[in-house]
Amino acid sequence: MADLSTNFIGIKSPNPFWLASAPPTDKEYNVVRAFKAGWGGVVWKTLGEDPAVVNVNGPRYGAIHGRDRNLIGFNNIELITDRPLEVNLREIKQVKRDWSDRAMVVSLMVPCEEQSWIDILKKVEDTEADGIELNFGCPHGMSERGMGSAVGQVPEYIEMVTRWCKQHSRMPVIVKLTPNITDIRKPAQAAKAGGADAVSLINTINSIVSVDLDQMAPEPTIDGRGAHGGYCGPAVKPIALNMVAEIARDPETHGLPISGIGGVTTWKDAAEFMALGAGTVQVCTAAMTYGFKIVEEMKDGLSDWMDEKGYTSVDQVVGRAVPNVTDWQQLNLNYVVKAQIDQDACIKCGRCHIACEDTSHQAITSMKDGLRHFEVIDEECVGCNLCVSVCPVEDCISMVQMTEGTDPRTGKKIEPDYANWTTHPNNPNRVMEAAE
Amino acid sequence: MADALPGPDIRTGRLSPDDYLENFDDLHPPLGTHEASVEADRCYFCYDAPCTIACPTSIDIPKFIRQISTGNPVGSAKTIFAENILGGMCARVCPTETLCEEACVRNLAEDKPVQIGLLQRYATDTYLERPDRHPYSRAASTGKTVAIVGGGPAGLSCAHALACEGHDVTIFDAREKLGGLNEYGIAAYKTTNDFAQTEVDFVLSIGGIDVQCGKALGRDITLAGLRKEFDAVFLGMGLPGVNALRAEGEDLNGVIDAVAYIAELRQAKDLAKLPVGRKVVVIGGGMTAIDIAVQAKRLGAEEVTIAYRRDRDAMKASAYEQEVALTNGVVIREWFQPKRLLGEGGHVAGIELERTAQDASGRLSGTGETVTLEADQVFKAIGQTFVPDALGGAEALSLDSGRINVDDDRRTSVAGVWAGGDCIAGGEDLTVAAVEDGKVAARSIHAALSA
Repeated sequence: MADLSTNFIGIKSPNPFWLASAPPTDKEYNVVRAFKAGWGGVVWKTLGEDPAVVNVNGPRYGAIHGRDRNLIGFNNIELITDRPLEVNLREIKQVKRDWSDRAMVVSLMVPCEEQSWIDILKKVEDTEADGIELNFGCPHGMSERGMGSAVGQVPEYIEMVTRWCKQHSRMPVIVKLTPNITDIRKPAQAAKAGGADAVSLINTINSIVSVDLDQMAPEPTIDGRGAHGGYCGPAVKPIALNMVAEIARDPETHGLPISGIGGVTTWKDAAEFMALGAGTVQVCTAAMTYGFKIVEEMKDGLSDWMDEKGYTSVDQVVGRAVPNVTDWQQLNLNYVVKAQIDQDACIKCGRCHIACEDTSHQAITSMKDGLRHFEVIDEECVGCNLCVSVCPVEDCISMVQMTEGTDPRTGKKIEPDYANWTTHPNNPNRVMEAAE
Repeated sequence: MADALPGPDIRTGRLSPDDYLENFDDLHPPLGTHEASVEADRCYFCYDAPCTIACPTSIDIPKFIRQISTGNPVGSAKTIFAENILGGMCARVCPTETLCEEACVRNLAEDKPVQIGLLQRYATDTYLERPDRHPYSRAASTGKTVAIVGGGPAGLSCAHALACEGHDVTIFDAREKLGGLNEYGIAAYKTTNDFAQTEVDFVLSIGGIDVQCGKALGRDITLAGLRKEFDAVFLGMGLPGVNALRAEGEDLNGVIDAVAYIAELRQAKDLAKLPVGRKVVVIGGGMTAIDIAVQAKRLGAEEVTIAYRRDRDAMKASAYEQEVALTNGVVIREWFQPKRLLGEGGHVAGIELERTAQDASGRLSGTGETVTLEADQVFKAIGQTFVPDALGGAEALSLDSGRINVDDDRRTSVAGVWAGGDCIAGGEDLTVAAVEDGKVAARSIHAALSA
């Protein structure tokens, strides 16, 4: 059986599945239930200064649903914890004492003044929590007050506050990044420069989840008006994966530990984050959708997959796909594939045909010998994968590599050697091979 | 209490009032909004969709399903009505398992087609919830007049399309109500809550349609008279005749024409007052045979047997309809034809069936071997016929196998006369096919009147 235990910047947990700083980690009651259910750790819901913030009394959440009400995207306008600081600190201390094998990280957000940070760091240290996470990501409400993503959008602030925290605390510091920026590498570099032990990402994405067309107002609607919220859930995973990978492969931040967040719903999602460099993953929406029990599937699934692949520890998975994440210009232009339709599996819906015919390369037939028949025309197929993407039957269409002969589309011989854009004749900036 | 009749066990009130309600409630309960949304999501929005090709009226099925999935059932209904103004009834009575749903590509993937019929019903029911709306408005009057004989699916479809174009339409129907088989023939549990009349009202609400009920061709009106009085005539009077068994004892009491009995059932205000036998035998293999058998069972008959002279594959009733009969406890006996009906005191008491066999050329003959079944009632469901006498001897309307010959535009051999529905030759005897006939004929009539 694979060993799922993790040691993330010195914070140990029996498995890499942590609950993200969010409603599920706002109280002792919830966190104890989570630990009983098997979660490896929690990031306690963000603490702030007293007096505590207040939340709206109207709806806080909005959602994008599939047709059978499966939750695809989730949006919230909740603020940091609205409970008194002392109550949270007391509960954190108690829970850490009772559940010493679990990771207990405390999320923090106070104004960008050194004394504010000094004060709260001291209090958190007293709880014997394992570490802190700086919430530079919350994009709604708190950002209007100069905190949360308002900090995360200014690399200099990130660096400054991170430095204060490292300076005034013995606890490991994780900096939680906002995706509401243009280049995720900059805030990550700033965190590293400030001495951060790790970054966690992504926090939620600025979003209006839907518009009530009767009230003509964004949802969730509060007394006829709405404000943007933070988007999360399965829909944001691709954005999160890319940002994690960008940090993992950036020479300046390569090796900086990452806690991956963003739509983790299954073991497979977690494995993907880990492959791209995440040492742990943080989950919120999936737990808020299904309850804490889902961690069982995540642990079993990850463990079974690792067993099948022969991985014995989590470390062997973390970052394993990073070397294969590259820039477009490094992709092999001599790699030629053609779509191939398995006629036995084809149900003749014609979606591949119409997608290709209307919007792409006219490379799939709709008829052969007077009969409804869908077949790839190799002379036209550019191997784009659109047909695979729209086919409702799994594995019905596959992309098959041509390894010899001539590409019937281009009339060019299949070259076995790797060649990319940097040396391509059409590239005006191509690198000329050095003369011998 | 049930009235016990002397002799054969034929009674009214075999069931409790609740049982009648349950037995004649919707055979397929309608989809709720969420169910419809989930089912609509199963549609793949196929290119050149096989379901649409399979639909006799060519409804754009992927489009109407997509409109359901986007929360626009009213728009969805409009898509349906654009091709089939009787889309509400067709959603209920179409043998979808041999039409659109048979063609659904999901059959190849998982043997479970999208429930197109139920989705169509969801959309059209939603639309018809509000009787004040109609998807079309009538064009300015053209002053042209069209007579339509028969207010069934073909006639209604034709009348609606012509009224839309601004022609003045008069529907003549021999019965008290419009609707034809929708009102008098379809099994009760397929069209509950007087839906046939709801739909008739919807069709008529376009305006410009005058309704003359109780007017039978050949009795109250003549084709010659209509041709004189109107600019065009459409014949859609169905098949008013029934085939004879041609077996000894056919005249005994209790030997009943299934079509007439179903009409009575459909018009019954109280099903408990409809007498039904304890042991019932049905002769035939079409939809009518299935409908009468299942309804007899649901009226409380203890034993219902369908006797059919060939095997189940040869039955005109679809495999799915046969399943409905079987799950309702009806016994289907293949390879039996009626030889004679046995009577007691002038009333049927049993039926002697002869086993049949088919030779290499497919010709059927009796083998001489017989079985006798006890029967309190025997229903004849062996097909209906067109009655050409009504057309009047003077008219030389060309017929084929006893039905009216038409061309692709549903023109008969007589100028100015079109025909459609069950009364034309080569038809499929389906509601949806009749609607298509009416639609096609209307297009041709409009072109002729506009010329």
